[in-house]
Amino acid sequence: MKQFRFLPVFLIVSSAVLLGAPLVGGNVVPLSAVFNPGPDDPAAMIFWDIRFPRACLAWLGGAGLAAAGMVFQAMFRNPLATPFTLGVSSGASLGAALAVRLGLGTIFMGISAVSVGAMAGALLAITLVYGLTRLKRNCSTGAMLLAGVAVNFFFSSLILLIQYTADFHDTFRILRWLMGGLQMVGFDAALRLLPFLVLGAAVLAARVGELDLLTTGEELAASRGVSVGRIKTTFFILVSIMVGVVVSTCGPVGFVGLMCPHICRLIVGPDHRRLLPATLLFGGAFLVACDTVARTVFAPTELPVGIFTSFLGGPFFLWLLLRPPKGGTLSI
Amino acid sequence: MSQAALEIESLSFSIRGSSILRNVSAHIGAGETWSIIGANGAGKSTLLKCLMRIHTGWSGGVRLFGRALTSYSQRELARRVAYVPQPGGDQRFPYTVRAFVRMGRYAYSGLFGTTHPDDWGTIGAAMARANVEDFAERTLDTLSGGERQKVFIAAALAQGGDVLLLDEPTAFLDYRHQAEVSKILNEINRVSGATIVTVTHDVNAAILTGGRVLALRNGRVAWDGPTDELACERRLGDIFDATFRFIDDPVTGLRLVAPQGAAV
Repeated sequence: MKQFRFLPVFLIVSSAVLLGAPLVGGNVVPLSAVFNPGPDDPAAMIFWDIRFPRACLAWLGGAGLAAAGMVFQAMFRNPLATPFTLGVSSGASLGAALAVRLGLGTIFMGISAVSVGAMAGALLAITLVYGLTRLKRNCSTGAMLLAGVAVNFFFSSLILLIQYTADFHDTFRILRWLMGGLQMVGFDAALRLLPFLVLGAAVLAARVGELDLLTTGEELAASRGVSVGRIKTTFFILVSIMVGVVVSTCGPVGFVGLMCPHICRLIVGPDHRRLLPATLLFGGAFLVACDTVARTVFAPTELPVGIFTSFLGGPFFLWLLLRPPKGGTLSI
Repeated sequence: MSQAALEIESLSFSIRGSSILRNVSAHIGAGETWSIIGANGAGKSTLLKCLMRIHTGWSGGVRLFGRALTSYSQRELARRVAYVPQPGGDQRFPYTVRAFVRMGRYAYSGLFGTTHPDDWGTIGAAMARANVEDFAERTLDTLSGGERQKVFIAAALAQGGDVLLLDEPTAFLDYRHQAEVSKILNEINRVSGATIVTVTHDVNAAILTGGRVLALRNGRVAWDGPTDELACERRLGDIFDATFRFIDDPVTGLRLVAPQGAAV
């Protein structure tokens, strides 16, 4: 178990961020209000009804996006391959925006039409990017990322078209949602995410061996006994569900899937038995921390968290692109 | 004729309408050593990838130890056959040598990627046999080409198969590492009786290895026979479209070849 020594540290830090972040904000919540609240204590209401549910939602969204990024980086063997850079978040946004525009309020088996639209959009984007790269033999990583850029542009234009044809109210809603935001009250949104993310994390935990082998290349993975086609399809569907459900709830929060797996890889190494729990715990804490900064830096005005993650993610992307390759990391 | 490890019957394979292998047939006995030779683009590496089911969608019949290759699950296949890819390329491997060799046991691993305690013995033995224990904790990216190739062989040995497919295992290696890799492969064949199928450009390597040769030309079998009958001017000319000089080696008694130029 020597290899899992890092886990308690990640667990403690991630929990501390999740529980500590709701104390911080325009109004600082004292610990006494959390554990020993008086009747109708506004500080306790701020903590339990607003900030803690929001932190839970951010934690689940961050964990899901980071795990999705980790899967893409393993499958495409590139640290720049994430749901955001490959257009999957755009696909999910398009699906969700379309559902909003069409006024679909239907709920199938507890899943809203917006979530279903986002999942379908994510799957469509993955299929498009992967299909484009498969059309060309020996497709380079650069070509794959360019395919992602092309899909991003295409979906962005369709989202603009939806906004253009929408009324002022819907346009504003879509625009704010596209910036990524976690302004929800109560635990409902977090509880909607929870089963999908538990399922996703469980499937990934059962498939860490395949993730390791895909990192070494599809040919080698097949020769070691991996059914490459089947496992890639599983991962594509799984990532689509995870990204779709997160994006439909939190908006397309960018770059979490880029930064978190890479930072964790530098700390715990490339072995996915360690990388998966580290990425989930770090990704969750990362988005909670980003959201805390986004809602406090210009308090009482709250920034959408997507603006802040993109502000960090842009330079990080450039650093990954320009840094010299090092042992222990994925190459570009 | 020995029990067949691989029976290949009229194997044909195309990629996007371009025919790569045409009616290739061969009978590879268990415990035999085979060299697949041929010019660039003859279909040698493709044949190996079809046998490992890295390429699928080929036509014809392949039987592995008497059972249709297509009836094996990929995991079952990996327990019987191991594959060592062509060295080189710019792919990077961020894993340590020990972690990489452990991945060779994937076909035996449980849910959540767990390695059975007994498997660590197999992994250690594979590393010892391929002589990679000295750099077990280094990442593959920090190794030389020769060291890395030995690690790939160790990972293939960890798979514990009866058949080892190697794609140009000594290409790009210096003479010392070429000799070391050849020695390891000979030992594997001698000690564990594994069937070894090696793709090579090097006719002398095939002759020195011994065993049998499958020569491909434009995706078809140009010749199939024992290595000591390979050093024949017309035969090699047909396979490679080149002319050769022949040198009798006084030490091994084998007839080696030196290329002279393209056939007119």
